[in-house]
Amino acid sequence: MKQGNFIDNLPKIYGIYTGGFIGFIIIMAIAEQMGMTAKAIGIAFVAFTVFIYALIGYLSRTAQADAYYVAGRQVPTVFNGMATAADWMSGASFVAMAGGIYFKGYGYMALLVGWTGGYVLVASLLAPYLRKFGCYTVPDFIGTRYGGNLARFSAVVVLTVASFTYVTAQINATGTIASVALDIPFQYAVYIGLISILLCSMLGGMRGVTWTQVAQYIVLIIAYLLPVFWISNKMGAGFFPHFMLADEVARIGELESQFGFIKNSAADLATVPKGLAGITKAHSAVNATPWAFISLALAMMMGTASLPHVMMRYFTTPSVKAARKSVGWSLFFIFLLYSSAPMLATLSKLSLIDPNLSTGIIGKSIAEVQAIDWYQNWNQANLMFISDFNGNGTVELNEFFMGGKAVVLATPEIAGLPYVISGLVAAGGMAAAMSTADGLILAIANAISHDVYYKIIDPKAETAKRLVVARVLLVVIGFAGATIAAMEIQGILGSVIWAFDFAMSGLFFPLVLGVWWKRANRQGAIAGMLGGLAAGAWYLVWVRTGGSGFLGITQLTFGIFGSAVSLVLMVVVSLLTAEPDKATQKMVDEVRVPSGKPILGKQ
Amino acid sequence: MSNQEKHWEKSRGLLMITLAIWFVFSIGIFLFGAEMNEVTGPFGYPWTYWFTCQGSLGAFVILIFWFANRQEKIDEEFGFSEREDE
Repeated sequence: MKQGNFIDNLPKIYGIYTGGFIGFIIIMAIAEQMGMTAKAIGIAFVAFTVFIYALIGYLSRTAQADAYYVAGRQVPTVFNGMATAADWMSGASFVAMAGGIYFKGYGYMALLVGWTGGYVLVASLLAPYLRKFGCYTVPDFIGTRYGGNLARFSAVVVLTVASFTYVTAQINATGTIASVALDIPFQYAVYIGLISILLCSMLGGMRGVTWTQVAQYIVLIIAYLLPVFWISNKMGAGFFPHFMLADEVARIGELESQFGFIKNSAADLATVPKGLAGITKAHSAVNATPWAFISLALAMMMGTASLPHVMMRYFTTPSVKAARKSVGWSLFFIFLLYSSAPMLATLSKLSLIDPNLSTGIIGKSIAEVQAIDWYQNWNQANLMFISDFNGNGTVELNEFFMGGKAVVLATPEIAGLPYVISGLVAAGGMAAAMSTADGLILAIANAISHDVYYKIIDPKAETAKRLVVARVLLVVIGFAGATIAAMEIQGILGSVIWAFDFAMSGLFFPLVLGVWWKRANRQGAIAGMLGGLAAGAWYLVWVRTGGSGFLGITQLTFGIFGSAVSLVLMVVVSLLTAEPDKATQKMVDEVRVPSGKPILGKQ
Repeated sequence: MSNQEKHWEKSRGLLMITLAIWFVFSIGIFLFGAEMNEVTGPFGYPWTYWFTCQGSLGAFVILIFWFANRQEKIDEEFGFSEREDE
């Protein structure tokens, strides 16, 4: 692949790709009319898209360190924005977020604010300065700014803890979707997911991941928006749902007060399959205290600015200026999906609970609902459940239960859309989970191969040998992640949120103060990273084992405690020890202006 | 004060303004979530609900592009912008 030529042709290449994908959807729709089975459509969607990603991964193969680690630093702003958006929006965002909003309403939507607001911090505090630094990895910045192998190694430790927590959740998500779409047991599907992920990243490193992530973004955004618009139009809720659902939101509030939120007894709830939940919280009313909302949003925002797989995407832009703009584009592409999730939750909820709609099930007789096709399908998949707790023969709001994933996966079917849309949604979820897993595995493998192997163990290693080590690590970390994912220890969303808390506990202040506070020195940074991570981890274990916690900090926001400890330690220890030498201070000055050579130079 | 110090002072000022706006949309509004949700806002949604769905998210997008443009102007003013050789 000729790089210069290739970069200029990007809009054309991805334009053709998008057209081809839409063509594929149409062909599948026609095939469905002609009698293709639902299962065959599901397999075709997942297999076709994964094949395309693997092809892109193969075409992007490289033997150069610059291309492997930072995609040759020539990814244009808008395309880097798309790649970051795919990198960022995980299986959790795609499959679980609308479900969370559906069940928990306002309190849950703190995640929407947190997962977007963090980009303001990325753009203003970090990304452009780290780009100017010219590093390959996030620990590369820590190691050079503060100096010394211990600082570098501490950063690798924090990065690995946070990213590994995150990646098991993503491999879990690819496994879930692959097992549903291909109809194979989860334990095997996890490894099929893993092999697809490695096909994208192994040969081309960051370059391969970049161009597959752009392709994955296009698939996932079409797969998310098309059903939302279609359902909205079919229900007559408005042709542009984002601006036209006010009546529907109000109607849900009306129905909620009509039905009331009846609390089920513990004995009744024990009969509900694990993982399913009922609607117990108001849809649009403010149902959380300000601190509960703000602390969750704040933890997610600071976590965003500390997660290395996001930060390293901005190392691939051609300039500092481009890095800044690219953050804006990333958030724009993320915004397209995130602003649609509450709309999907609204449409999904209304179509299920409104007795005036033909799809509504509340108020119908139990036997009637049990006879509906889609209810039987999703009940079998363990994602839907009804039970007549009060014995009156009809379904009440508190007698209907659903899995979080069902909101995205089942709503098209409930609303009566053709099966081709469900196949498309499966491909979208797969794209979302794969792209994030790719970015994370690469972040860990690059940090270990570049910072631990090359910088600490064998600084004289040749490029070829370094890249072999990087690829071996990629496979090892991938398999470790898949093995843990196959054990199904934690849910997808919980571990994603923990990853943010771990990252902010250990990395937020060492990164930010590295640029914004010249006086910050090595001892302070090491104390901040290790102390912050330890404090955060301690708090999590304490709360999980029955500790009461303090200041309303929960197991989902423990990063607030961890990062506060990190800040205090970093400032106190820095001030108690000698200030950084002249060369380091000069380096910080250079980082602060865009012009001039990158600190680490081109290798 | 050297050119570089002036550049950094101005950059820091821009950062403070950016973070202040960020604070309003990410935290400030939600301090008064319950009160504001009583009032009907854009497109007929309750105000706080609209901010969590669209308003704050959109404000962040605009804020980042605005920040990037302002920072570029500051870099140019002091002669620290990159040469266009790539």
